[in-house]
Parts: sequence; C-alpha cells; structure tokens
Amino acid sequence: MIEQLLAPSVFAAAMRLATPYLFASLGEMFGQRSGVLNLGVDGTMLMGAFFGFYTVMITESLLLGVLAALITGLIMGLVTAFISVTLKAEQGISGIGIYLFGLGMSELLYQRLIGTPKSVSGFSNIYIPGLSDIEFLGIGEIFFRHNLLVYVAFALVPVSAFILNRTPFGLMIRAAGQNPQAADAMGVNVTRVRYITVMIGGMMAGLAGASLSIALLKVFQQNLTSGLGFIAVALVYFGRWRPLGILIGAMLFSVVQAIQLQISAIGIDIPSEFAVMLPYVITIIALVFASKRMEKPTALTKPFERGES
Amino acid sequence: MFFSSPNQTIRKAFNRIFDTTPLLISLVAALVVASVLLIAMSTDPLQAYRSMLNGAVGTENAFAETLVKAIPILFVAVGICVAFRGGVINIGGEGQMIAGALAGVSVALIATSLPGPLIILFSLTAGFVAGALYAGIAGFLKAYFNVNEILSTIMLNQIAVQSMNYLLNGVLLDPTEAGTNHIPKTAKILAEAQLPRFSITLPDAIYGALQGLGFAGTPELFARTRLHYGMIIAILLAVIIYMLLWRTTIGYRIRAVGENENASRYAGIHVPRQIILAMFIAGGCAGLAGVVQVLGLQYRLQTDGSATGFTANAGFNGIVAALFGGLNPLGAIPASAVFGGLLVGAQKMQRDMGVPAALITAVNGLIVIFTVSSQMFARRRARRRAANEPPRSERVLDAAVNTPMEQQT
Repeated sequence: MIEQLLAPSVFAAAMRLATPYLFASLGEMFGQRSGVLNLGVDGTMLMGAFFGFYTVMITESLLLGVLAALITGLIMGLVTAFISVTLKAEQGISGIGIYLFGLGMSELLYQRLIGTPKSVSGFSNIYIPGLSDIEFLGIGEIFFRHNLLVYVAFALVPVSAFILNRTPFGLMIRAAGQNPQAADAMGVNVTRVRYITVMIGGMMAGLAGASLSIALLKVFQQNLTSGLGFIAVALVYFGRWRPLGILIGAMLFSVVQAIQLQISAIGIDIPSEFAVMLPYVITIIALVFASKRMEKPTALTKPFERGES
Repeated sequence: MFFSSPNQTIRKAFNRIFDTTPLLISLVAALVVASVLLIAMSTDPLQAYRSMLNGAVGTENAFAETLVKAIPILFVAVGICVAFRGGVINIGGEGQMIAGALAGVSVALIATSLPGPLIILFSLTAGFVAGALYAGIAGFLKAYFNVNEILSTIMLNQIAVQSMNYLLNGVLLDPTEAGTNHIPKTAKILAEAQLPRFSITLPDAIYGALQGLGFAGTPELFARTRLHYGMIIAILLAVIIYMLLWRTTIGYRIRAVGENENASRYAGIHVPRQIILAMFIAGGCAGLAGVVQVLGLQYRLQTDGSATGFTANAGFNGIVAALFGGLNPLGAIPASAVFGGLLVGAQKMQRDMGVPAALITAVNGLIVIFTVSSQMFARRRARRRAANEPPRSERVLDAAVNTPMEQQT
C-alpha cells in the first residue's frame, strides 16, 4: 500500500499540482516584498483561467491562450495596484472585493459565452530527451515528462530569487517593502515599484489560472480554483517571503494533495476529508512558526505616504 | 448633552449625511459598472433592474424571500462590525457558520426529550458558542502568535467544510439514509425544535390601503411564506451588539484597540484579550447565522461538499453588508435587506432576461472595492474637519457627547 502511495506517478502528479501554486505565490511574493498584500489572487486566477481557456477554445492557439491570461492578469493587477497603492484602501478588505469580482465575473462570462462544460486539448507533455527515460527512482517520470508550464513554473523559482536578491530592481522592491521612507529618500519611486510588482503578481496569477484551465485540468467551470489563490497567499507567509521557501511549501501542499488523490483512487478506507484538511492544518501551524521570526516586510499592507513615518 | 446648540446639531447631521454619501456613491458606481456589463450582454439595464426590483419586492412572497436571504447575512454582518471595529479582519464567516450549524443541529437532534423552546434555546446557544470558539482560534493565534487572521480564517473555512462533510457522512448521517449512495445530510429536527414562521396581522386600514395599491395577499402578511423568527433574533442581536459597541466599556475597549493598538496599550488595555473577544463575538454571530439557517429554514444540515452549498456565500456577503452599513450593526439591518434583495432579484433577472445571477457576486465585489476605496476621501474629510476644529467650548460639549459612559462618572 505504501508503495502505491509513494509511486513515482504520485510525485509526478505533485509536480503538476504545484504549478498553479508556484506561479501565484511567486507573483504574490513580489507584491508583498514591496509592501502590498494582494488578497484578490484567487479572483485574478479565475479571470486568467477563464480568458486563457476561452481564447484556446476559440483560436485553438495555446500561445494566444497564455497571452490572454497574462493580459487579463496584468489588467487585474493594474486595478489592484490602483486600489491599494493610489487609493490606499485597506488591503485585506479590498482584496476580498477583487476576489468576489473575479469569482462572479468569471462565472458570468462562462455562463454567457460557454454555457456547458467543455474541454480543450491544452498543453501536452514534453518528454525531455534522454532525461525522461531515467528509470532510477522514477526520476524520469517524476521530473521530465511534464507540460511546458510545469517546467516554466519551476524555472521561475531561481529566476525570482535572482531578480529579488541580485538585481537593482530587486533591491528597490525590498527597500519599498522594508523602509519606504528611506527608499523614497534614496530616490526610489516607491509608488512605481509597487505598481510594477503588483502587476507582475497579477500576470503570474493569471498564468496560474491558465495553468489550471488549459494545462492541468483542461476545463473551465465556475469557481474552478476553489480557493487555491488564498492558499497561494498563505504559501508566501509559509515560505517566509523567499522563493525557495515558497517552493518547499508548494511541494508540501501538492505532495499531500497527490497522495490524497491516490488514496481515493486506490480505495483505501481513510476518510478523504482528513487528507483534504491536512494541508490547511499544516499551513496554520506553519503560520504560527513563520510569524514568530520577524522576516515579514515591515511595510506590508501599509500604504506609502510621503513625509509620514 | 441636552444643550447642544442648533448650529452644532446641524453640523452633526451634515457630517452624518456626508459619512453615508460615499456608501451610496459606491452602490451607484457598482450599478453603473453593472449597467455597462448588461449593455455589453445586449440587455437593457433598466429592464434588468426593473426585473430585479420586481423579483426582490414585487410580491409578498418575493419580499419575504428577500428577508429570508437577508437573515444569515445580517447575523454575519453584525459580527463583522465587531471584528472590523476591533481591527480584526475576519474572513471566516463561512467556517464559523458551519461550526455553529454543526453544533446547533447536534443539540437539536440529541436533546429531543426537552420541551421545544428549550431545545431551540440550547441549540442557539450551542451555535453561538461553537462559532465563537472556532473564530476564537484565529483570534488567539493573532493575539499571541501574531498569525495573520485573514489567512488563518480562510484556512479554518476549508477545515470546517471538510469537518462538515466528514460528520454528515458519518455520525450525523440521517439513519434512514444509510447505504453506499446516501445523500450526506442529518435527520430532520423535531417540529418543536423549529423556529416558528413569522407573520404579521395587518390592521384593517393599512390592509385596505395596500389592497388599493394592488396588493393581492391576505391580511395575514407573510403567513404563506418561508419568513421565520430568525429575522427577529437577528434584529435583536443587531441592537444588542450596537449597545455593546457604543454603550459599554467592553465595546469601548474593542473599538479603542481597533482605532489605535499602541495608544490602547499605553492606556492600560489588555490588547490580546480585546482581539480574542472581538473575534469571539464575531464568530458567535456567524455561528448563530448557521444554526438559524437550520432551525428556521432547512430543518436539517445537508452538504453538497462545498461551503456555499450550505451558506450560500452569506459569510462573504455579510462582510459586504457590514461595510455597506458603515460597520454599524444598526446600519447593517437595512444593508442586509438590500443585499438579500439583490440576491433574490438576481434570480428573477436570470429567469426573465437570461442574465446569470453571478452578476451580483461581481457587483458585490465592486461594492466592497468602491466602499473601501472611498474611505480615503472620508479620511481626508476627517482630517480637514480636525484641522478646522471648533472653538474650545464646543469641543468640550463634543467630548461630553462622544465619550463613553464609564468616563463620564
């Protein structure tokens, strides 16, 4: 039984399941590191998932589908930034507004434009030549037989870390989130930095949605994400605002999820509710430990006002 | 406070009007955006809104359904007022509703030998306590471990749904449903344990006048509808919580922490305790929303595997209604009725015009966004008001009017 639960196929599934979390959480991380908590990720994901799916359904072009999801996310991000940065609205509450808007809007569009459940062929798996044949420990199956978006999501982990820690722009992001007054005094345009990070976050949330609707599930239905975006926000806390931490959190979540799917697939008599519940319990416990260390960007959720400290 | 000059009274009234203006502007702005969407769907917005209005208040039954939908929203909204006033952002209304419903229905199914009113009382109490304790977890984690309550309540929502699914498939499953293909639901609660339906006997004069306006029902208003006494409980709760927030030291402390945590700490207020208490009350109210749905409307708890299957999104809509009611429990009463009406009206609009009712979810989101965004303008006004402070004599009067009673002694 244990063998069945820890089969390579389970871990391969976990890699795929981790993809939307990675996109959404890494994007959200940029926003949070610059001082903006965007709680509307789930709504943006739903919108991205819908437009990505709809575009693929109409044009049968995956490239256009991804592009549509990115643009949708960008627009949602721009609106979010306007609300949080320019209008300085309470971020915890305005995020719920964005979530509800995305939830309602994507369902409305779905019912109006698609109506009945349809599926698209979507992204197919790319077997990396050579590597995908490695039999040892099932490495080939686990790591090298996925669709393009899975590879991209995992590649974004080191890329994000590099941008954040090794580039001038990353420094500006961290400064805007840690001490916006000082950053402003040093000539960093805090407002612009925050707009950019929130828009990056929006694009990645849109892509996260599309990774569900045109790669992982290949369908769209109302509330497709069922709260996945909120978990993505929690994963940023879980991962202590670092790409590597987010990767660990996303993998933890997706491995548990994949094992749970396997449990119901092979019909072991464990109430599946507990397995579904487990990641949320783990997240709460992790939040307790994450918040003890003071690694949170100091200015998170605090609107920037020149001359006020 | 009996000596306020007419001038000051006018100023206060003026300020109050200005404070509610952003809310109305939010509603109008959201409806304008909705109109654009409707036009994009080649639907005449005016016709759509007329259909909605008709569906919400057009008939006796429609109006009753609006109120029925408003009941859980009001319960949650009243709790949200306490939480948000206390600076705690409780997004866990859905989970707390489920916790309350699970505890309440368990009591109603176990305590069957008691007289009906006692079953109802115990069941309601169990619902309040369960919701309160469930929210208390998030409050405790925020107060002592600095865990972001938004995230913890969202996680707790998911945990509550799974617990509900587990219990309704297990110990709470209706015995007559046993079998492999059962529907996960509890047995029906006893008739005595159900909240009675609510109706009013109209005085002849009013009934006559209504008939003149084309009213087709009997003088027993709401007698043939699903409206139940949960409405009265919710309104009473709103009044009680209003008194608690603005007429007791408990409420004063909660609001003080919400206004300025550091100042409250310097003033000797035990901040963690207020955070937990605010969360506790908010969760209790949401728990009541859950148990009242069971006792007053559904008479059993049934799950389709999701939270919304039971809550119909009341845990989120309560937040919208609380914001729209100006985070005042009394303001939440009409606000909940408005949102109940939007939901019921949207269903009618869907039937009449083929516009998906999901439009209202999107509109609710817009209302939240516009309401919190417009607070910047409210803040600016407040700052300007503070800058043009009235002369000292008036300020003393103001202080007397606005100071909670424990400081007046």
